[in-house]
This record gives sequence, C-alpha cells and structure tokens, in this order.
Amino acid sequence: MSFPLLTVTAALPAVGAIATAAVPAAGRVAAKWLALAVSLATLVLAGVVFARFDPGGDRYQLTESHAWIADFGVRYELGVDGIGAALIGLTALLIPFIVLAGWRDADVPDAEAGDTRGRRWRPTQGFFALILMVEAMVIISFAATDVFLFYIFFEAMLIPMYFLIGGFGDRAHASSEDEAAKQRSYAAVKFLLYNLAGGLIMLAAVVGLYAATADQLGEGTFSLARIAEARASGELELATNTERLLFLGFFLAFAVKAPLWPLHTWLPNAMGESTAPVAVLITAVVDKVGTFAMLRFCLGLFPEASSWATPVILVLAVISVIYGALLAIAQRDIKRLIAYASISHFGFIVMGIFAMTSQGQSGATLYMVNHGISTAALLLVAGFLISRRGSRLIADYGGVQKVAPVLAGTFLVGGLATLSLPGLAPFVSEFLVLVGTFSRYPVIGIVATLGIVLAALYVLVLYQRTMTGPLKAGLEKMPDLRLRELAVAGPLIALLLFLGFYPKPLTDVVNPAVEHTLSDVEKTDPKPDVPVTAHDAEAAK
Amino acid sequence: MENLIGLLVAAPLLGAAVLLCGGKRLDRAGHWLGTALAAASFVIGVVLFADMLGRDGEERALHSHVFSWIPVEGFQADVAFQLDQLSMTFVLLISGVGTLIHLYSVGYMEHDARRRRFFGYLNLFLAAMLLLVLADNYLLLYAGWEGVGLASYLLIGFWQHKPSAATAAKKAFIVNRVGDMGLSIAIMLMFTTFGTFAFEPVLAGAGETSEGMLTAIGLMLLLAACGKSAQVPLQSWLGDAMEGPTPVSALIHAATMVTAGVYLITRSGAVFNGAPDAQLVVTIVGAVTLIFGAIVGCAKDDIKKALAGSTMSQIGYMVLAAGLGPIGYVFAIMHLVTHGFFKAGLFLGAGSVMHGMNDEVDMRKYGGLRKYMPVTFVTFGLGYLAIIGFPGLSGFWSKDKIIEAAFAKGGTEGWILGGVALLGAAITAYYMTRVMLMTFFGEPRWKRDASGAVAGASPQRPDVEPVAENAADADTAHPATGAAAEPHPHESPKSMTIPMIVLAFGSVFAGGLFSLNSSFVHWLEPVTGHDHGHSPLSAAAVTSATVVVLLTGVALAWAQYGRRPVPVLAPRGSLLTRAARRDLLQDDFNHVALVKPGEYLTRGLVYVDAKAVDGAVNGTAAAFGGLSGRMRKVQNGFVRSYAVSMFGGTAVLIAATLLMRAV
Amino acid sequence: MSPVNYLYLASLLFTIGAAGVLIRRNSIVVFMCVELMLNACNLAFVAFSRMHGNLDGQIMAFFTMVVAAAEVVVGLAIIVMLFRSRHSASVDDASLMKL
Repeated sequence: MSFPLLTVTAALPAVGAIATAAVPAAGRVAAKWLALAVSLATLVLAGVVFARFDPGGDRYQLTESHAWIADFGVRYELGVDGIGAALIGLTALLIPFIVLAGWRDADVPDAEAGDTRGRRWRPTQGFFALILMVEAMVIISFAATDVFLFYIFFEAMLIPMYFLIGGFGDRAHASSEDEAAKQRSYAAVKFLLYNLAGGLIMLAAVVGLYAATADQLGEGTFSLARIAEARASGELELATNTERLLFLGFFLAFAVKAPLWPLHTWLPNAMGESTAPVAVLITAVVDKVGTFAMLRFCLGLFPEASSWATPVILVLAVISVIYGALLAIAQRDIKRLIAYASISHFGFIVMGIFAMTSQGQSGATLYMVNHGISTAALLLVAGFLISRRGSRLIADYGGVQKVAPVLAGTFLVGGLATLSLPGLAPFVSEFLVLVGTFSRYPVIGIVATLGIVLAALYVLVLYQRTMTGPLKAGLEKMPDLRLRELAVAGPLIALLLFLGFYPKPLTDVVNPAVEHTLSDVEKTDPKPDVPVTAHDAEAAK
Repeated sequence: MENLIGLLVAAPLLGAAVLLCGGKRLDRAGHWLGTALAAASFVIGVVLFADMLGRDGEERALHSHVFSWIPVEGFQADVAFQLDQLSMTFVLLISGVGTLIHLYSVGYMEHDARRRRFFGYLNLFLAAMLLLVLADNYLLLYAGWEGVGLASYLLIGFWQHKPSAATAAKKAFIVNRVGDMGLSIAIMLMFTTFGTFAFEPVLAGAGETSEGMLTAIGLMLLLAACGKSAQVPLQSWLGDAMEGPTPVSALIHAATMVTAGVYLITRSGAVFNGAPDAQLVVTIVGAVTLIFGAIVGCAKDDIKKALAGSTMSQIGYMVLAAGLGPIGYVFAIMHLVTHGFFKAGLFLGAGSVMHGMNDEVDMRKYGGLRKYMPVTFVTFGLGYLAIIGFPGLSGFWSKDKIIEAAFAKGGTEGWILGGVALLGAAITAYYMTRVMLMTFFGEPRWKRDASGAVAGASPQRPDVEPVAENAADADTAHPATGAAAEPHPHESPKSMTIPMIVLAFGSVFAGGLFSLNSSFVHWLEPVTGHDHGHSPLSAAAVTSATVVVLLTGVALAWAQYGRRPVPVLAPRGSLLTRAARRDLLQDDFNHVALVKPGEYLTRGLVYVDAKAVDGAVNGTAAAFGGLSGRMRKVQNGFVRSYAVSMFGGTAVLIAATLLMRAV
Repeated sequence: MSPVNYLYLASLLFTIGAAGVLIRRNSIVVFMCVELMLNACNLAFVAFSRMHGNLDGQIMAFFTMVVAAAEVVVGLAIIVMLFRSRHSASVDDASLMKL
C-alpha cells in the first residue's frame, strides 16, 4: 500500500479550510497567512503529483481504491492521467494567487465588524476557508475515477461557491449597498440554479448508468476502470438509445458548467458580481471541471454517443466562440467583458475536445491550463484596477497608463494572452485546437478562426478605453501596483511567457492521456492528402 | 556557425526584456544598451554573411534546430532557424537599417520621458522581425509575424495619451489580425495537405498537390501579405500608423515590417508557381495598390502620410513583381532592399524636418528649408532621386527591372501590368517632386506675417507633458509650444544626421552594386529561382519609356508647385483630390460596410442574450412561479379540506387498485 | 350470525367517523371521530380474523390500539395547548398553515 498522495493533496486544503474557519475573530491576519501557507503547501504536493506522474506509464497513476458504499458499488477510487495531473497542477497553482489577490477583499472596517449584534462575525476567515474548500473539492473531482465520487464533489462544489458569490460580492458597484446585495444574491441564485439543474440531470444519468451496469454485469458499479474493462470484453453493451440518453445527461451538466452557448448566461452575472479572485476561481478553476469531465466521462463512458453528438456540439461550440466574442465587444463592464471572452474561450475548448483529433484534444487540455493562467492574470489585474477606482464600468477609466504604467503593462500582457498572441501560452493551445478542428471539420475551423480577429477587437478596445488617451478626472492619484499585487501579476506573466515558448513539459504529460482518450472513442487523426514524400522520410531519419 | 543564428534573434530579445523589465534604473543608459544590442545583431549578421559567401551557391543555407516547440502527436512545430540567401538579405537589411534607426532615435527621442521603453519596443521589433525571416517553418514565421504586429502596435501607440495614436495602433493591429487569419488558415491547409508546415517539405511537396489546394493556400497567404504589407483591401491602417514616432515609421512602416508580405510570397514561391490563378490575383492586388497608394500620396499635405502613400505604392510594385513568379521574385526583393534604404532615409529626413519645425507635419507650412537644413536637404534629395528612379540611383535599377519583368509576363496581362507599372512610375515622380518642392523649395511659409496667424497648431508630437516634467530640458529642442512660437528651423544633431547620410549612400549606390554583373540575381537565384521571360519590348525601350514618364511626372509637379507659390491653406481641389485626401474613402467604406453593421450586430446580440437566451430561462422560472401561485390556493389551512382531499385521494387509490385487479 | 354483518357495522362506524371529521369543527369531536374510525378498523380486523381463521387480524388490532393510545396522548395534548393559546376548540381557528 503506497502513500495516498492524491488523497493527501485534496485533504490538505480541506483541513486547512476548517482550521482557517476556526481562527478567532481577532486573528484575521493570521487566518490569511494560514490560508496562504496551506495553499502553497498544496502547490508543493501538486508539484509532487506532477513530478511523480510518469508520462510513459499506465493510463491512471497514483491510484487509490477503497470500498465505500459497498451496497451500491460506490468506491473511493482516485487516480490521475496526464490531463488530470495538469489540471490539478493548475488548480494548486492558481489558488495561492487567488488568496494573495483577495488579501483584503473580505475585510470589513473594524468599526463595522464590532456592530454585529453580539455574534462573532468573521468574514475574512470564512472567505479564505471557502476558497480552500473549493480547492479541495476541485482537486478530488480531477482525481476521481469513480463516477459517483466525482458526482458528489462536482455538486458539493456549488455550496462554497454559492456563498463566495453571494456573500463576498464586489463592493465596487451599484448605487447603494442594498442594490449591490440584491444583484449579488441574484447572481448567486442563478449560479446555483443553473448548476444544480445540470447536476440533477446528471444524477439521473448516474443512476441510469448504475442500473445499466447492475442489469448487465450482475452488480452495479461506478468505477471507470471496471466499466471500460466490461465494455472492452463485450460484457457491457448499452443499447444505442440508452447510451445517447445517458450521454446527454452527463453532457448537459458539463455544458452548464463549461459553459456552452446557450447555457452560459449565469457566468457573466456570477463573474460580474463577485470579487475578482472569486471570478477567477469560477472561470479558471471550477469551470474547468466541466470541460475536463467531458473528456474523461463523456468520451470515456459513451464513445459512440459522443461521436453521434459531435456535429451538434461542434456547432454549439463555434457559436460560443463567435457569440461570446461579439458580446464581449459590446460590454460596458470590465468583468462582464472578460466573462464573455471566457465563454468564447470555452467554446474553443469544447471544440477541441469534440474535434476528436490528437491536436484538438491536446490543444483543448493545454487551453484549459493556459486559459486559467491568462484569465487569472487579466482578471486579477482588472480587479486591482477596479478596487482603485471603485467602478467596473469601462467608461469610468481612461489614460491609466500615465499614472500606473506597470498596472497598464501587466493588464496589456494579460490582454494579449487572452487574444492568443504567439509567444504567450494561449497561442499554442488555440492554434492546436484550430488545426485539430480544421483537419476534420474545415468549415467549423475557418469560422472559429474569425474568433481571433474578434478577440483582438475586444481586448484592444478594452485596453484603449481604460489605459490610453487623456487621463480621466479622478484618477490622478491612482497608485501603481503594490508589492503584493506585483507578486500576483509577475509570476503569472512569467508563466504565460514560459509556457508560450516552451510548452513541452505540459505536452509531454498530456499527449499520452489524449492518445488513450482517442482510443476510447476509436478515432484516429485524418491523414494528410499528400503521402509522405521522400523528403519527409529523409527528415525523419 | 549555426549556433550564431539563434543569437541574431536573442540579442535584441534580451535587450527588450532588460529594457522593459529593468525599471527606471536603466533610464539613463537604456537607449545605448538597445542600440548596442541591435548593432550586435548586425555584426553577427555580417559574420554569417562572410561565412556564407565562402560557400557555393547551393550549399549556402544553414539550418539550426534550437528546440521542439509544440510537440503533439502528428504535429511538430519546432523552433528552428533557416538562414539562406533570402533570409540573409533580410537579416542584413533589418539589423543594418534597424541599428541606424536606433542611433537616430537616440537623438530624436532625447526629450521623451519614456525613451527607455521606446528602445525596448524597438528591440522587441527587431527580435520579432528577425524571427520572422529566420524561421524554418510557417508556424514560427507566424509567431514572428504577430510579434512584429505587436511591436508595431506598441510603437504606433507609443504616445498613448493621444487618442488618435491609441486608435491608430488598435486599428493597425486589428486590420493585421484579419490578415493573420489568412496566414493561420494557410498553415492549417498546409497541415492537412502535407502533414507539416516546415518550409522544405511543403515547398518540395507543392508540385504533387492539386492546383486547387495550392490556389487556396496561395490566396490565404496573399490575405496575410495584404494585411502586413498594407495592400488593398487591407491597406487602411498604414496611413494612420504615421501617428507613431517618425523613427518607427521609417523602420517598421517603410523599410522592414511592411515588406514582410513580399517576403512571405517570395518564400512561398513554389506554392504560387503551381497556382497561376493565385499569382494573377497577387499581381492584380499589387497593381491596384501601386496606383491607389500613389494617388493618395499625391493628395496628402502631411509629409508622413504622403510618404506612407508612397510606401504602399512601392510595396505594390514589389507584390506585383512577386506575383509574376520566377521572373519577378529577385527584383521584388531587390526593390525591397533599395526601397528599405531610400524610404527609411526619406522618413528620417521627414523626421529631421519635423524635429526642426516644432513637429509640424503640414507641408504647406514648410517651404524653403534647404537653406536651414543642408544635410537633411541633401540626404532627402538623394532619397528622392532614388525613389523616382533617377537613372543611376538605386531605385532606378530595381524599379526598372520590375517594369521590364511586368512586360515580360507576356500576353495582354503583361501589357496591362507593364502599363500600370509605368503609370505608377510617373505618379511617383509627380508626388515625390511635390513633396520635395513643398518642403525644401519655394518661399518659407512658416514665417509669421504681421497678424501673426500662420504657423499651424497641429504639432505631431504632443510630448508636452514629459517635457514639462523634465523642466531642465524644457528649453532645448522641444519647447512646449502652442501656435504662438515661430519655428526656428535648424539642422538636427549628429546622431540623427549620420544615419541619414549612411542611408543616402545606400540609396545612391545599392542598386548599382546589386546590378553589377547581375550579382543580386545570382545571389538569390538558388533560393527563388530566376527566369528571364519573354519581354515584347527590349530592355532599352522599357528604360527609355521609364525615363520619359519620370520626366513627365517631375515636369507636371514643377508646373504646379515649383513655378507657382504653394497656398498655405489647401485649395478645395477636384473630386478626386478630395477623395484621395480621405484615402480614397477607405475608412468611410470600412465604416459603412463593417463598423456600423458590426455595432448593430453586437448591440442586437446583447439584446438577444438578455431577452431571448436568458429570457427563455427566466421565462421557465416565471412559469413555475405562476403555477405554484395557483396551486397554493389549495392550501387554505382548514383541517377539514385537507381531510377531504386525503379521503378523496384514498378513495381514488382504492378504486384504482380494485380496477387494476379487475382487469 | 355471519361475520359479514360485523363488516357492515365496521364500515358504518367508519363512515360516521369520517363524516364527523369532515363536518364537525369542535376539535374534541373531530378527535373522537378519528377514534371512531380507528375502532371501526379494529372491528374489521377482528371480523376478518374470524373469517379467515387466523390470528393476524387480532394482532393488528392490538397494534392499532397501541397506536390509538399514543395518538390520544399526543392529540389531546395538542388540543389542550391550542385551547390554551386561542381560547377556542374550533379547528377552523387553527388555520395558520394557509398562505
């Protein structure tokens, strides 16, 4: 019995969350440092996971398996493939930045804190505890190889997220505190309802899957490995319609989470109303569970149905790409703009997954990681900007680069990453997705390529309106990035550059996993039209 | 030697990184660091050039594989360099002219508080541009391609506090992105066709591919070239790009970056050779732009915009030549190099004039400056003679060859293209003479009359504030002027005139040197191939025709601007003149055809998103709400009514059970 | 005497009880009617037990009695509390559940 590394990696932030929540009211600062320390320790553990993962080894590694609810065949099974390892790495990487960026977001003035009708009100502790709780749940979702285990954490994530959105909204908006609270709770409820609805449909599909396995295998199971083995040996054969219905049940839940057009409308509200670090948590971390699950569960469990649904899903994905970008152009609110840009990017990710080519899926996986980093960079810097002025409206800014050149510079780099400039990480993934899609579905690929023009438009319009031109009144005293803020933006930008120039460490880990997934759906890459020329043969030598 | 290739790119990249991240500590010496690293790149280039000359024609290409960039199953993108004669030509041009312009900028940007950043951006540009021409595959070329786009964006918008500069920068980037879309689609087509996008296998495999596919790839590459090289229909950004500091206009928007499209077409020669339809479109684009740019150049009163029109037109020549196939590739590149010299020189001259004229750009407010700026006058004059193709100077050799090649295309096409090229030469002579006369000859129009109402109030460089911050420097070259002060034209400092002199030498001698024993043709032939074609006209006939149209153009301009005084306020002009002043309505067209519909579309979608997509969900919620509102009326709180429903329900259940039994 | 007659009696008693629950407002009366229904069921159980010749029905009757006793305890307590707080034994006065 080897050391349960994955369990420990997931449990550490959970324990940290409880410890942070237990810090007494006076220890606000201690709670922050505790949360930061826990998130950094988790990062170290995730680094160990990443380092211990052997790309040439088994499909699932670091596996753990224990009986849990034996009567229903539910097992506590963990294991990571390259995709899971990369995403666990991303999650653990982003949380310290989220904690650091949200350092003051939950603080209330001491005078206000005293006026709490005798109750011990500790928003700061709660904020960081909830963030760590989300981290724990996300990590376990990425590691779960048992469908039921995954489902539980996939849904449980909603609870801390609900409180993070509804409880710690963006103070910097709306005419009054009441109005802000109203919009915040609207956003939180919308987030919860959308995701819960998707989750419940998935629950039905999970039960259906259990029934199908119980029917054909004699005993019901949720284990990915067991189901795959049964399918391979012909023990388990789902009827075409059953498989399609189950697929749709799973897919809907993930498409809400991802979010795919037309199930996206909760995202702009949720991201707009929450603080920037929480918005990053939503779009860069939690939403990735949706796209990740498409790869692992939709394609892994229902290969035929996935192929059956591909054309429709690709069309929806490409609509997301264009639609998100067009709406981003029209936004007046910085955070909603970034939210719509994310919808566009999620369209790319889904497109890459369902293009069913190794470039597309490797690209999609890299995209999940790169989008996480680039959105974090852009959104957190935008959050610093917003906290300075106290407004999310683009029209309230102008000429910021003159007073805060470093802030403007980091914002621009984040923006350039969002528009996938070569040299920055997202370019690699976006191009892979486009190439992968194009080689099988040229029309969809070409339409999606329009997205790169639109991305340039919304990013540069945002930059132009906020950072350039004459300085807007009221911004004369705006301070440049502080040390803490620089510690957030700097490493993220360095990472974007590094992964843009040298994505090999990631692709090495991701490629074998993608090959496995493709073999699940029994797809091979389209061959080039011109056969390998003599020259290629030479080059191969 | 191979390892040196990477250094070519690395040196300026290092400079950019150090200068942009280094902070204020580097403010005092940063510009020299930037210049030194640019020069280092040039020196390495020269070393490699010497090494290359030591080998035979076919073995001159060097390859250097640095690392595997994006390794994914079936998709190999490497950071790998290829240095052949074509790349070498560009390396020397880019790093050479680049170094000179760095040097020039030391003087030009002396009083700008953000000079360090300016040099960082310039170094970034050099690195990206060198990457573009050194890449051995299309994807790496694409990286350089967008990299120069970024540098161009940053530099056009360098004076960001000016809304017009910020808008121009954004416009340039976005229009370029449309072209980039073409390049990325071309790469995808190559990948699906050949399974790779490295130059060698793609170009070698082009012969085995269907013409339809080659045409598609060629047209997409052309779209990319149109964006970067400001060719019709993606030309609209170049004029506005003149918002950038003048050294930028000289380096990026005249000598190097805008010629990347020509490089791309020449580099992909094998693809175009197999797709005559695509070639035809290339020549048409080149011919249309050549006339378009020339007409715009005739009408502009802003010296930089007139030169920008000229740049477009000259690149039109190059694209036209590149579209001719093996007859024209060599001459396209030769014109590109000579153009790099004289156009950079002209822009630097224009910058020098503006430097001395309080950043006034309106040529109608110049006049008679030859006495005040002798060095600028002479160097600018030599550049002028070169660009109009005065016999013996650089432009003559290269442009004449392109006109010959156009005729050599043969058939009706050849006559039309040749005719257009000749017409372009006449217009070039006309508008350049106009620029020359308005700027350096005639009466000084910047002197104040009694009422004090002359000098224009449109300074191109609004770096008023940086100067004001730096009060100690406020009394030197860039006083914070309004319309009040009369300009005191003066010669620019040495750091500015030396690059101009060097470039003037290039403008004079480069063409002749290249044509000596057709050395340039022999140099490039192994890469691009060369074909003489069958010209219906003898070389002498074409040359004499060129000289005749040239003299006609000069004479016309002299008649209009030399003999008569130039009005300070622009006359209303004919319909064509007015259209040309508005860049032949390009922006109006884009506004009506793209911007407005786009605005309506996005606004409409916002409405749809809120009302239809979100509305559908909210509607469902509201429907449930309404339903439950009705249902709750059943809950009246009376035990009796609950009991009735309970009894009723039980009765129904029992009845149903009995019924099921009975059936 | 045929045991079927006991069943008729049981259903008659149940109907009287049910009608009382539905019609009367006095909570004590309603409560007694519920008891009446329970006892009608008991009668039916015992009758069935006799008819089928086994003791199942009698055992169920004991269960019912136990449950009825428990119900009396809880139910009377509720009625007393209601009367104390509202000074009325009418079931219609305790209609707080309605919206």
